[in-house]
Amino acid sequence: MNKQDFLVLAPYLALAGGVVLMMLLVSFWRNVRAMVTMTVIVLLVTLGLVISSIGDPPHLISGFLLIDGYVALFNILFIIAAIVTALLAHGYMRGRSGEPEEFYMLLAVATLGAMTMAAAHHFAAVLLGLEILSISLYVLIGYSEEGHPPLEAALKYLVLSGVASTTMLFGMALIYNATGTMVFSELGQTEFSLPRDELYYLVGQGLLFAGVAFKLSLVPFHMWTPDVYQGAPAPVTGYLATVSKGAVFAFLLRYSLITDVLAIEVVSTVVFMFAVLSMLGGNLLALLQNNVKRLLAYSSIAHIGYLLIGLLAVAVLADGMIAVEASVIYLAGYFLMTLAAFGVISVLSSASEEADAEHIDAFAGLFWRKPLCAVIMTTALLSLTGIPLTVGFVAKFYLLATGAEGGMWLLLWTLVIGSAIAVYYYMRVIFAMVRSGEGAGYAHPSAKVEGMAVLVVIGVSLIGFGVYPSSLIDFVRSLIGITGG
Amino acid sequence: MNLLALIVLMLAGGGIAWISERFNPKAPRWIALFVLLAAGLWVMGLWVSGDGPIYAEMKFPWIARFGISVYLSLDGLSLMLVALTLFLGVVAIASSWTEIHERTGFFQFNLIWTLAGVVGVFTALDLFLFFLFWEVMLIPMYFLIAIWGHENRGYAAMKFFLFTQVSGLLMLLAIVALVYQNYATSGVLTFDYQALLGAEIDPDIAFWIMLGFFIAFVVKLPGVPFHTWLPDAHTQAPTAGSVILAGIMLKTGAYGLIRFVVPLFPEAALDFRMPAMTLGAISVVYGGYMAFSQSDFKRLVAYSSVSHMGFVLLGVFAWNQLALQGSVVQMLAHGFSSAALFMLAGALQERLHTREMSDMGGLWVRAPRMGVIALFFVVASLGMPGLGTFVGEFLVLLGAFQVNVTVTVAAAIGIVIAAVYSLSLMQRSFQGPPNANVAVMADFGVREMTMMLLMAIALVWLGIFPQGVLDMAAPTLAGFGVGGP
Repeated sequence: MNKQDFLVLAPYLALAGGVVLMMLLVSFWRNVRAMVTMTVIVLLVTLGLVISSIGDPPHLISGFLLIDGYVALFNILFIIAAIVTALLAHGYMRGRSGEPEEFYMLLAVATLGAMTMAAAHHFAAVLLGLEILSISLYVLIGYSEEGHPPLEAALKYLVLSGVASTTMLFGMALIYNATGTMVFSELGQTEFSLPRDELYYLVGQGLLFAGVAFKLSLVPFHMWTPDVYQGAPAPVTGYLATVSKGAVFAFLLRYSLITDVLAIEVVSTVVFMFAVLSMLGGNLLALLQNNVKRLLAYSSIAHIGYLLIGLLAVAVLADGMIAVEASVIYLAGYFLMTLAAFGVISVLSSASEEADAEHIDAFAGLFWRKPLCAVIMTTALLSLTGIPLTVGFVAKFYLLATGAEGGMWLLLWTLVIGSAIAVYYYMRVIFAMVRSGEGAGYAHPSAKVEGMAVLVVIGVSLIGFGVYPSSLIDFVRSLIGITGG
Repeated sequence: MNLLALIVLMLAGGGIAWISERFNPKAPRWIALFVLLAAGLWVMGLWVSGDGPIYAEMKFPWIARFGISVYLSLDGLSLMLVALTLFLGVVAIASSWTEIHERTGFFQFNLIWTLAGVVGVFTALDLFLFFLFWEVMLIPMYFLIAIWGHENRGYAAMKFFLFTQVSGLLMLLAIVALVYQNYATSGVLTFDYQALLGAEIDPDIAFWIMLGFFIAFVVKLPGVPFHTWLPDAHTQAPTAGSVILAGIMLKTGAYGLIRFVVPLFPEAALDFRMPAMTLGAISVVYGGYMAFSQSDFKRLVAYSSVSHMGFVLLGVFAWNQLALQGSVVQMLAHGFSSAALFMLAGALQERLHTREMSDMGGLWVRAPRMGVIALFFVVASLGMPGLGTFVGEFLVLLGAFQVNVTVTVAAAIGIVIAAVYSLSLMQRSFQGPPNANVAVMADFGVREMTMMLLMAIALVWLGIFPQGVLDMAAPTLAGFGVGGP
């Protein structure tokens, strides 16, 4: 490590240092407000460092981490999601029993793990990031001390996620056995002298992708998703649905891009099957849900399925960066709309001892009781549906355009069929919200100012990037190094 | 002032109307009326002072990445349809002047936003922008039905949204496919309508892309077998919603067929001519047959729309000057006559709280002014010479006769059926022995009579002096390469 390495790692060091400071703060002075403020400041400083690093040439740190614009892009997404989660959690945790201070520290640690995964250029870095992220998430999911669902969800996630991590680890070991390297750039150039090595390599990739599919909750590895989404506190669910998925996808995309693993027909066929099954399965199962958190869980399965079109385009298009562009824009849109949807649920469940406002009946007549929340929820749901003038449409349009460029018609048809099914269940929630004279039994407590402020900002950006997507597109393109039209 | 400003004016006016409800529940309708009158005056000014073939045009880049621009253009065809939109918008506000008591601000907001979307559809010449407006007009319409509709509104609103949204997705896929086919052959990525007119597409693919557009538009038109959403949506919608749905929204489907399907895919459309014309004829006959079987006043009028719009489908795919001119006249005439009949149905429901014709009968005695108006529009609907519908249907049949005699003869039977169901409507509701349950019924007031008379004048004008409309439409149609008869 030299001086240059430290400079490049500044955001990571700042966040890690911030976590230490937070730990000290919490040991000497237990104060939630101070803790939230501290968390937001640390995250903002990290964000500032990430943004100031934009434009620097790509930098490889001992073959372990590769820091470039691509990483900066994901880091910005993760940090913004973390800030949103912290602010929403403040209102949400109020009135719930237990000590909420450590929650924010764990949130910062989880974000550090996600950022590490995005930058990984070596299997060890992947595993390091993944474990930092997952272990923090186990605690975050089960955070509310009381109550049966969070504990059940946390335990379920702990066991299954542990198995998935092990599967990935074993896959990495087999790949290492076959190739003798764990660095992505060297993996892409392997020539096999023995057929046995090639077999190990393929089996290793299979195990690796199975583990990844679990973390991304792709059908048929999706079983845990609805239970965990439902059981976790609403702000954590939002974080889980965005950052933890985003981090794994960031790794998967870069891994596919550098090693060209999708050129292996078996692997790309498997990913293709994941995509089709997730798009159809997620949307079909969401039809049956009356719990909005579960509904969003299944919808997130479908959305990650759509996202795989962008991943598969890496192998199809001559210029893989176009596929990266589409994937990143889709993911950015997905982040915004998912955070908005879970944000509304968080705000509606604020300061309450009871279960989250997650049943569809809790949304009945929301338009007339809490117009602002209802408008933001409607915007988020319309965005998830993919209605124009929202960022969700821009994102979906990007996938359609990329798929059309690559001639991936079967996937696009599946996307269209999936979106068509999705219209029904998203509209069901919207329809519940406009029904008048109902839901009076749900006394939603007044929300904290910062929670509402965050929601409004996300709501405005959902529309803003939908009306004027060029700003988002240009930003993404400049960061991943695509120039010109 | 340019076209974008017109649309923005309407969108902003809708927002102001919504907010104004806080100060006075009666303010929104005045603001809505004012906005529509202002927009209408501007369009009338263009009509009188402007010179064709293009009355107003604007174009600037929007999303450069995909070659998408904000390209709005107003030629003769668009101008007439925009004028119809704004006029019927005023009618819709007037017809719901006393009907809506709850959430008046949000009602007028949705009303104006729907109209703004429709104006956008009629003026957009960039396919992306067109699709955007196409979707944008649906959401407020969904709310209009879902919130202020009648007893079965939830089902009707969902059905309406699903049909149009799913067909919209098909169109989106078709648009993207068309653009990338053009990109593959010409190397230019653009959504510009004019540029795509000359696209060279593989005939096999062109057929499928054309079919995507065709289904989207025929669902909206609506043509058999995609019409099943219409009777529910029209019947359940509030009066203003029905007026806009029947008077304007159905015309967007017809407009799409004329503007996009045939010009973009001339060969494919020619191959598809017989199936499309047959569907048109089936719609005419089947819609009429179903209309006759209804006992619900609004449902009868709704099915009559299927029948009347079938002529438009027939005329468009006959694709000669006579038939196309007939289709345009038919669109305008049906706009007036169906809007008037739905307004009448709404007035009856407001007074009698029923739409069942078995609960009516002999109403002429109670409300002679309503009776006269009803008779006039019923006669207009059955195609009385001297009124607009006759000109439209006659021209369509004349043009279609040159293409295929059998189909034309079948469609002509529809005119006979129209006479049967129209007169039966009159007979069952206004004639016959007075219904004892209806002792008193308020007649039309000044507001309603003014609107009805304006629409009656428009129909007479279309009937005895259609040349004005034909001349307006001629340059547009000539631009499509449709020569003399």
